[in-house]
Amino acid sequence: MAQAQATRETFRERIAKRTQHGDGIFWGLTLSFALLVIVLVFAIVWVTWSDSQLARERFGWAFFTSGEWNPVETPVNPVSFGAMPAIVGTLVSSAIALILAAPVAIGIGIFLAELCPPVLRTPLSFMVELLAAIPSVIYGVWGVMVFAPFFTQNVAMPISQTIGQVVPWLGGDRVSSGRGLLIAGIILSIMILPTIAAITRDVLTLVPNSQREVLLALGATKWEVIWLAVVPYARAGIIGAVMLGLGRALGETMAATMLVGNRPQVPETLFEPATTAASLVASELVNAQTLIHESALVLIALALFAITLLLNLSARLLIWYMNRGPVGRTRA
Amino acid sequence: MSLKSSVSPNYARRKAVDLIMRGLVLIATGLAIVPLVLIIGYVMIIGGSALNWEFFTDIYQPPMTVSMPNTGPIDPNDPFANLDLGALVGSEPATGQAGAGDEKGADILEAPPRGGVLHGIVGTMLITTVALLIAMPIGIMAGIFLSEFPDNSVATTVRFACDVLSGAPSIIVGVTAYILIVNAKGPDGQPLGFTGIAGSIALTFLMVPTITRTTEEVLKLVPEATREAALAMGATTWYSTFTVVVPTALSGIVTGIMLAFARGAGETAPLIMTVLGSNVLMTNLLEPMAALPLITYRYTESPFPSENTLAWGSAFVLMMLVLLVNILVRIATRNRLRMR
Repeated sequence: MAQAQATRETFRERIAKRTQHGDGIFWGLTLSFALLVIVLVFAIVWVTWSDSQLARERFGWAFFTSGEWNPVETPVNPVSFGAMPAIVGTLVSSAIALILAAPVAIGIGIFLAELCPPVLRTPLSFMVELLAAIPSVIYGVWGVMVFAPFFTQNVAMPISQTIGQVVPWLGGDRVSSGRGLLIAGIILSIMILPTIAAITRDVLTLVPNSQREVLLALGATKWEVIWLAVVPYARAGIIGAVMLGLGRALGETMAATMLVGNRPQVPETLFEPATTAASLVASELVNAQTLIHESALVLIALALFAITLLLNLSARLLIWYMNRGPVGRTRA
Repeated sequence: MSLKSSVSPNYARRKAVDLIMRGLVLIATGLAIVPLVLIIGYVMIIGGSALNWEFFTDIYQPPMTVSMPNTGPIDPNDPFANLDLGALVGSEPATGQAGAGDEKGADILEAPPRGGVLHGIVGTMLITTVALLIAMPIGIMAGIFLSEFPDNSVATTVRFACDVLSGAPSIIVGVTAYILIVNAKGPDGQPLGFTGIAGSIALTFLMVPTITRTTEEVLKLVPEATREAALAMGATTWYSTFTVVVPTALSGIVTGIMLAFARGAGETAPLIMTVLGSNVLMTNLLEPMAALPLITYRYTESPFPSENTLAWGSAFVLMMLVLLVNILVRIATRNRLRMR
């Protein structure tokens, strides 16, 4: 008996001895992999920062206000780098995407969260989530092969020949190319629709039922409940959803590259080939011959990274704020 | 009756507003479904019709009419061997219709679809799998760290870093990989150049946050009592984590890995800057490789319908891959861990 006790003790001791460093090693191992995730972010920041140094020193802040982008020396035009065409293109196409997508997507979110019959809710929500997962190059193929010809024939041409004669930014003589900021913006709006709709639905379902019941008890109609009690409560979250959508539109590369036309000039009309920051980098970086060209492109990428980072962080902050408690202001 | 009269006088207006707004919301939903159904439908129908046996078993063949003689064997070591369309122009007189130039052009444009995307399928599988092999240990271990040691400044920073990575435009990752690897000087002083492994590393950046956050979420769903039971049996923290907690949550972790795979397989922008693309079957990760999204991207812009067909076909394969993975994940998570 005593013998058995002794062996059991030693066995337990042996186990303890063998595993006593285990937790420390485990902690250190997982910690080092976790730190590796942080290293990945630092790699991006460091690489884009150090590689854009040349452009930053040469151009300074004027880089973002200069309108000439001319990487190749020609007898007519000297070499110059200015981010204005990319900035204008990115802002205009994203604005178009947001104006088109945000109201519709919020409508979908409201429908899915508040009005949808329970039978349809799960499949429709799942469909919305699926669409957010489809690779952007597929939207690009459809845009180039199907939508661009249709759009040029039936929308762009008629508009430029009628309204375009009066409103300068809807006209232009390059309409037939079928590439431009408007068509890129439309495709972007289709792409960011699921993102905004899914998050809107998520934040709306977080609104506590008491909020709805109070207004129902006062005799409100279904819409009044949604508009006066649910949406104001979730306002911060919905704004966050729209900002995440904007972030996706700003940084979206493939669909923009395929549909915007890749002409690095500030376009005069919405139907004219233009460029966006992401598509400029995607189409020129690999072919950049000079160091300063590469550096200027990396600087654009760095600026894009900084802007999307800020947008994403403030959006997440808003959604997190919304999850923490009531922020809505009840209106009469 | 008296109740009816005490209803507020603008009840009719309010009811009308209610109906109109609910109708508008319904219309918004319908409106959104139209382009989405159109996109999926077009890819299914046109892409689906591009599929045949050759599509999966053959590599790229330049568009030309059948009567055209072969322009000679293609050097398998040169990835750009048949990227050169000059060969086409050079062989034009051999079409047998050496008449007007327009006819010759039309001849090529009407060439039937040839070749397939085997090189792209192999490339995508290799690049994405290698990326997954790099991303998996990082993501899973970081996820374990986040769920088992949740409250410290490192964990907060790692969550922040994951948000940054998953929110960053994929082009930024491409730029980083391009500068870090493709443009970096090798031992011989030459740039390392476009390689499959550079693409894998770029995709790793995009996969890590997905895997990390899913692993963390899933491990957090494992009840605290399970951990305590293991500890009460005398297990140490690491032992209970690897033998009790992780196996309990395994299906959820696999879910995260599958989602990361689907996301990586569809990414295009990072691959443009790292893998470049190729028209021949390459299995060497140290060379430029083909990938399905790159085939879709490059051949969409092509003037040759036979190449456009390849673009549609690879778009179809990509979409099926993504949809299949997502649906599988949905089915798996619905029955086991109710994630929502």
